[in-house]
Amino acid sequence: MGSRASTLLRDEELEEIKKETGFSHSQITRLYSRFTSLDKGENGTLSREDFQRIPELAINPLGDRIINAFFPEGEDQVNFRGFMRTLAHFRPIEDNEKSKDMNGPEPLNSRSNKLHFAFRLYDLDKDDKISRDELLQVLEKVDVEQKMSIRFLH
Amino acid sequence: MDGAELAGKIFYTWLTLVLGFILLPSAFGVSLGISEIYLKILVKTLEWATIRIEKGASKESVLKSSASVGIIQRDESPMEKGLSGLRGRDFELSDVFYFSKKGLEAIVEDEVTQRFSSEELVSWNLLTRTNVNFHYISLRLTTVWVLGVVVRYCVLLPLRVTLAFIGISLLVIGATLVGQLPDSSLKNRLSELVHLTCCRICVRALSGTIHYHNKQYRPQKGGICVANHTSPIDVLILTTDGCYAMVGQVHGGLMGIIQRAMVKACPHVWFERSEMKDRHLVTKRLKEHIADKKKLPILIFPEGTCINNTSVMMFKKGSFEIGGTIHPVAIKYNPQFGDAFWNSSKYNMVSYLLRVMTSWAIVCDVWYMPPMTREEGEDAVQFANRVKSAIAVQGGLTELPWDGGLKRAKVKDTFKEEQQKNYSKMIVGNGSLTSDLD
Repeated sequence: MGSRASTLLRDEELEEIKKETGFSHSQITRLYSRFTSLDKGENGTLSREDFQRIPELAINPLGDRIINAFFPEGEDQVNFRGFMRTLAHFRPIEDNEKSKDMNGPEPLNSRSNKLHFAFRLYDLDKDDKISRDELLQVLEKVDVEQKMSIRFLH
Repeated sequence: MDGAELAGKIFYTWLTLVLGFILLPSAFGVSLGISEIYLKILVKTLEWATIRIEKGASKESVLKSSASVGIIQRDESPMEKGLSGLRGRDFELSDVFYFSKKGLEAIVEDEVTQRFSSEELVSWNLLTRTNVNFHYISLRLTTVWVLGVVVRYCVLLPLRVTLAFIGISLLVIGATLVGQLPDSSLKNRLSELVHLTCCRICVRALSGTIHYHNKQYRPQKGGICVANHTSPIDVLILTTDGCYAMVGQVHGGLMGIIQRAMVKACPHVWFERSEMKDRHLVTKRLKEHIADKKKLPILIFPEGTCINNTSVMMFKKGSFEIGGTIHPVAIKYNPQFGDAFWNSSKYNMVSYLLRVMTSWAIVCDVWYMPPMTREEGEDAVQFANRVKSAIAVQGGLTELPWDGGLKRAKVKDTFKEEQQKNYSKMIVGNGSLTSDLD
């Protein structure tokens, strides 16, 4: 019997993703099923066409830019790690994380990383064309934590 | 010699049993209650299995009713609220937040793509194919599962294949024979008898249990019957309770033989592939058919493709432009006993039928609904949406405005342009543009 989903996603990989992104075990498994259902070519990676097949994303005015955010520089395929890394930006900031130690790397869903993600949506050619001071000034009053978070269920 | 004699005797007894218990009652429309007993046993077994799984699961953190809850809680605020501002406000850099959040929500969980694959079950129903998130629980459960596999593949499958074979052959032979008679009421009655008997046999070939509700609204002659589409079996389910004139393309092979035989007994509307493209021709022929009040009601599936029975997608307006009375019918399958959805991109017809014949059973509810006609000042699209809502409400399905054709095609650019228009309306204000003439 056994579970088909988790035999393809090894436990060590799951643990690594959990540490890197902060998603819970069950959330990662559910997102892995979603990843495989989007992967029509069944080769463990998603291409831009796989994303464009989602109608609600295709009609989003920023659809193409959002899709580009998943793909690292110059690449055409994104694997599950990359997929999760981008999604992790939208995880809500929990209270117990705010007071984490400053020694470790900054979590992917911190306020500044969320802002960084939004910044990259504007900066298409990645040459820092938007002045950072301007951006921060505009966004000072905006509730970034709430606006750039999706409520993932357990 | 002995071996062959023995095999012959077994085959002979087998056939007699099948004839006595299944074929004859089908001819007379009588049920011996065997399927009811089978279903009762099945339900008890599945309940026991669910309890065992839940007991075993309390040790690990397995999701309970995860399928029905979803991965995320979507933020359904419309564009105005999400962009937090009044109309006619200026563009702000922070506007990107709303769109990127909506986009990522769609990537994680969207309404449309999930309709084109089988529904996830809340609790496992002891079929290997639905085993996605469930782990090994106990020896007893595994034994029951193995027993289930043996029963399904070695007992039920041969029986069902035999029945299907008999049913289809009877249909072809019977329809051809009836077709030799001159047109008369006797011919119609005989054709109905042949039709109903063969459909009942075929339904038994799938271990189908169908509950018909509101039989008083059964589609009448000269009307159009409209239903939500999940698989080719829908046709079988509806024709077991009444005769319809089918509409469709002419196929080759086995389907073609069946089609040609059926059209000899009573008039169906079969189109060549080239004719299907010409919408006016199609509409004209259908209009001619329903104008003749003696002809059987036409059966149409306006979604145009198979959807997984959790929702009703856009109804194509073509069927609603013909005029005449529309008789809506809602069909809802119970996924616990077997998945009826045909995922045509994943399985071809033969493997689909094999999957259906090795499931536990096909259990479904059919609701006949009061007839509807197009009202004054209502165009075909509005009428189609009205009928769609009625069917969705009756069948307990969600209603989606999206086109079922999105299974294979991309979204039209006009939808994206609509979103862009809405956003720009907010920025620019109520349409009055101040123009500085420099």
